[in-house]
Amino acid sequence: MSDLIDGYLNMELLRFTTAGSVDDGKSTLIGRLLYDSKAIFEDQMEAIERASERAGAEEVNLALLTDGLRAEREQGITIDVAYRYFATPKRKFIIADTPGHVQYTRNMVTGASTANVAVILVDARHGVLEQTIRHSYIASLLQIPHLIVTVNKMDLVGYDEEVFEDIKAQFRKLAGKLEIKDVRFVPISAKYGDNVVDRSKNMPWYEGPTLLYLLETIHIGSDWNHTIMRFPVQYVIRPQSDRYHDFRGYAGRIASGVFKPGDKVQVLPSGLSTRVKTIEMMEQQLDKAFAPMSVLITLEDDLDISRGDMIVGENKSPQSGDEVEIMLCWLSETPLRLGGKYYLKHTTNDLRCLVTDVEYKIDINTLDKMYDDKSLGLNEIAKVRLKTTKPLFYDSYRTNRITGSLILIDEATNNTVGAGMIV
Amino acid sequence: MNGYHLNHLRELESESVYIIREVAAQFERPVLLFSGGKDSIVMFHLARKAFWPAKVPFPLMHIDTGHNFPETLEFRDRLMEKTGAKCIVSYVQDTIDAGKVVEETGPGASRNVLQTVTLLDAIEEYKFDAAMGGGRRDEEKARAKERFFSHRDVFGQWDPKNQRPELWNLFNGRKKMGEHFRVFPLSNWTEMDVWQYIYMENIEIPKLYFTHEREVFLRDGVWLATAPFMELKKGETPVVKKVRCRTIGDITNTGLTLSEANTVLDIIKEVAATRTTERGGRADDKRSDAAMEDRKKEGYF
Repeated sequence: MSDLIDGYLNMELLRFTTAGSVDDGKSTLIGRLLYDSKAIFEDQMEAIERASERAGAEEVNLALLTDGLRAEREQGITIDVAYRYFATPKRKFIIADTPGHVQYTRNMVTGASTANVAVILVDARHGVLEQTIRHSYIASLLQIPHLIVTVNKMDLVGYDEEVFEDIKAQFRKLAGKLEIKDVRFVPISAKYGDNVVDRSKNMPWYEGPTLLYLLETIHIGSDWNHTIMRFPVQYVIRPQSDRYHDFRGYAGRIASGVFKPGDKVQVLPSGLSTRVKTIEMMEQQLDKAFAPMSVLITLEDDLDISRGDMIVGENKSPQSGDEVEIMLCWLSETPLRLGGKYYLKHTTNDLRCLVTDVEYKIDINTLDKMYDDKSLGLNEIAKVRLKTTKPLFYDSYRTNRITGSLILIDEATNNTVGAGMIV
Repeated sequence: MNGYHLNHLRELESESVYIIREVAAQFERPVLLFSGGKDSIVMFHLARKAFWPAKVPFPLMHIDTGHNFPETLEFRDRLMEKTGAKCIVSYVQDTIDAGKVVEETGPGASRNVLQTVTLLDAIEEYKFDAAMGGGRRDEEKARAKERFFSHRDVFGQWDPKNQRPELWNLFNGRKKMGEHFRVFPLSNWTEMDVWQYIYMENIEIPKLYFTHEREVFLRDGVWLATAPFMELKKGETPVVKKVRCRTIGDITNTGLTLSEANTVLDIIKEVAATRTTERGGRADDKRSDAAMEDRKKEGYF
């Protein structure tokens, strides 16, 4: 194999989300990353130049790259989560680009749910604002493992080191109140490209990495949980052909832990024990499988297992019960109905639930808890108690983003209305 | 890096297999839309992986515009024979003959827009409730906002401003009578990922993707193949060139690349060096800045 291919086939995948409001230059930053890493093709660039001219802009507007829908291009705002892709020789990147205005929380929560890294933009002229608190809180609530605070528009503050240090201190104070494990800071100018892909000549005082270098090298190997074995059964495979007459395999994606043939496992909810016989992917037999691999598992014993069941390790059982407490982010314009019933999706399980209590609501601009307010509207976050129609097998979201997450669906409209993280 | 590391292709594969299994679990009558292009070939390969050793539990469907490259149809039939899969074919010609649409005329004529009607009719006729497509978010700006599970109303329309949020790996396929879903298992793949995966898995693809001699003509800076139903404009002269397809659509709108690429490896090198996007040669996207968005709202692939 040539080096080219060898390198390409061994890239890691990093998913990150970007948070910032309309004027923080977020779209410009993404455009800059794509442009300087040469992920923008000539025909796209020409289309942008044409569009910039039409809009009467003096310079090529890199933000036009990320604004996909007609209404967005016309109004100059980003409406929805858009996904962007680029690769460097080191990594392949998926950007969940989320807008900065009204529906912000809903979209950021969506983008954050699968992200390894959150890139938070702060305008150097304004420092840490309410929205910075909001973005950081969501990143911490969604347990994004790494946070990169980019202090943008350094060109407008004369590339002043003191401004950068001051914002760092402000942010550190805020981070103390949140559960953020790993925070980095980079002073940048997205418009002129300082410290985005290439090192800035304007800020010789900054000795840290550029934003792209950080994204390329930040350690994400430990982001998945490789200790607690969880395998939600997604689909039962029964070929019913002559060759595979008695074959029964369980298809699914490993949520956490490492599974090996011979491992003792327990099947929930039945509680029966058995061993893993084989782990397969098409005609390939695997000696181990770990998150986030999709595989087929066969077991030593013939048990009655269906979609929604979970195969777990014997070392640590998940929690179970028909009452859970969750942090709930509301995604719908129709407010939460206290005492109302909703469909609930958790791993590969479909069930129904009743909202029994709103314990407190979070003011996401100050992080204060509001105990007297039982209402929950669009983009609001609260601690809520649910009662489910059958027991759930779960882990806290803090220990497992897959077995600790759930969504609520409105029974009348079928819309996804709530994103829940089990406490 | 520890011993539990998945490279980006295996991670994408795992995600797509998960989506395809989720479709089989959540819907009663899914279908896999097959065009004979590399994306749908990869999608079918992933579907076989997802259910192995059982057969793929849903049929494939090809919307045949009648303007295909003959190589595409030969490849399709051979693949179905080899794998024992079932492929339904719905013809745009039937939709035209039934008087439901009017064929475009003139040199720019294409059946690209017409096939949406054939597709929606077929979905209704076979009562499909989920149609999987090979669309990728990196292809085009309107696609960048598409969900994995994309809801369609009773008219098959997409409402991009009112999409269901998709969180973690929880996919909401709930719907009312008459509505359906489009599902895009390859959403997070790029053109390069698809080629690398084809290389890694040694997947067979139509010869059209490799260099071959063909009679072509130049229109608006794009090389197009000659065919009996292709009307030439004044000043367009057919010449024979060594070309290959970067995407396979209808003959009427598939731009050909001048290329010497003979193997998948050659193609990967070519894609790495290319400075225009894959759909840059697609005349159907060039109709306006929002051409794809408009077609998708009406129910296009």
